Amino acid sequence: MKKISQEILSGKILISDGAWGTFLQQKGLLPAECPESWNILHPEKVFEIAQSYIDAGSNMIETNSFGGNRFKLSFFGKEDQVYDLNKAAAEISRKAAGPDKYVLGSIGPTGKFLITGDVTEDELYETFKEQAIALEAGGADALIIETMTDIDEAKIAIKACKENTSCEVICTMTFDKTDEAVFHTMMGVTPADMTTELVDAGADIIGANCGNGMENMVGITKEIRATNNKIPILIHANAGAPVFQNNETLFLETPDITAGFVNPLISAGANIIGGCCGTTPAHIKAIAQVVKQK
Amino acid sequence: MNSEEILLKLAECVEFGKVNNAAPFPPTMKGQDGADELTKQALEMGVRPVDILNEALIKAMDRVGEKFTQKKIFVPQMLMAAKAMNASMEHLKPFFQSGEVKRKGKFIIGTVSGDLHDIGKNLVAMIVEGAGWEVIDLGVDVSAAKFLQAIKDNEGAVVGLSALLTTTMQSMKNIVAEIKREYPNVTCLIGGAPVTDQFREEIGADGYSSDPQGAVNYLNALVA
Repeated sequence: MKKISQEILSGKILISDGAWGTFLQQKGLLPAECPESWNILHPEKVFEIAQSYIDAGSNMIETNSFGGNRFKLSFFGKEDQVYDLNKAAAEISRKAAGPDKYVLGSIGPTGKFLITGDVTEDELYETFKEQAIALEAGGADALIIETMTDIDEAKIAIKACKENTSCEVICTMTFDKTDEAVFHTMMGVTPADMTTELVDAGADIIGANCGNGMENMVGITKEIRATNNKIPILIHANAGAPVFQNNETLFLETPDITAGFVNPLISAGANIIGGCCGTTPAHIKAIAQVVKQK
Repeated sequence: MNSEEILLKLAECVEFGKVNNAAPFPPTMKGQDGADELTKQALEMGVRPVDILNEALIKAMDRVGEKFTQKKIFVPQMLMAAKAMNASMEHLKPFFQSGEVKRKGKFIIGTVSGDLHDIGKNLVAMIVEGAGWEVIDLGVDVSAAKFLQAIKDNEGAVVGLSALLTTTMQSMKNIVAEIKREYPNVTCLIGGAPVTDQFREEIGADGYSSDPQGAVNYLNALVA
């Protein structure tokens, strides 16, 4: 298979996948249950999620490994299962993706702070290295470092992936909009800062995920593109902000609403479009339909 | 330095997150004494612990909380200010324990059961402690039983509940109901990204804040 970046350079718009967390919850993942444990305990359910996105038209799917770092797994006493859980995650998605769709190994934040000395750079590097190697061994084509808010943690993750695998490296951050319509991650990083630093650090593809519906993502994409006019951009918007109504969680951006923003997102500079929290195979199908018509 | 000067310097260290002399953060204060050294010096000079708390720590953390609300600073600056404040508080602990310095009250805080997210909860805990309250942090994934035990062990405490996920807002609803059933006079303050003031009303909680400084203002008003 060609590298994802090469496909982008040849002008293609690619379709990524949708939410895993909310999908796992739908399939019965309990609150405070370890999502990665399902790769061993309920691999068939994880496979169903992966397959649903392939069926909906995704060119690439992620892996159930978002919290698969040593620090997050230690909450469940599974810090010694980093390799097994991540490898299994990639294997499941690889099976669903077959030989001609991409598998993106998901790497999420550790939740530990460098600035306070909570964790050292070496410790972060080591756990991201562990995950990256295991994901590649399970069949990942690329590694997607996502939902990052700290620029230093993101750079260390990129380095760990680049130096220990031959996978393409994608890195996305989560931004909040302030009242004055400025975007920052909770650690104070702007889309412009992110672009300069992550491209410098060697990321092949950058972007944003979570925290925002499609409209804000158009704004974020514009800022990224204004800083760098070449780097491939991946966007995973939420299906809007979740609301708690009648004792259930609802995401108010329907597939139609999401689809309505696809062309503006592409005009803003996005090259790969998928979804984050609350998005479903129906969202991906709707996105794919718009892209097909281009 | 006289006592006024040292308190100003200490407040500056807390506000800008200068923990101690060796700490590299912030770069603009490199090589200077930090909250740790200055607190020790102040006590040795005879500055009263209560003045250190009120004039330096509380004032500095109040500014930090305000700046965060105004989005002039972000999580890293809050964390470092809290770290500097803690370094100072270490020296004040004996005076809290002896009762020489009283705090405004007790605040129990936890992320509700089923939810493992703690950054927001930690920020609130830090800022509330910096405002002169004693904080009992129950951690994450805290059950109703654990909240109730903490209330039993800490008479008169206000309870803070945090949730980041909409899916655990149900948990928050259940826990507040159980608290109110057992201890109808206990004040419950809620917060977290998906939480709203409307939700507060729905579940019968007493207070809601969208940021740490709001929690401080709410708590201070209770004891004003």
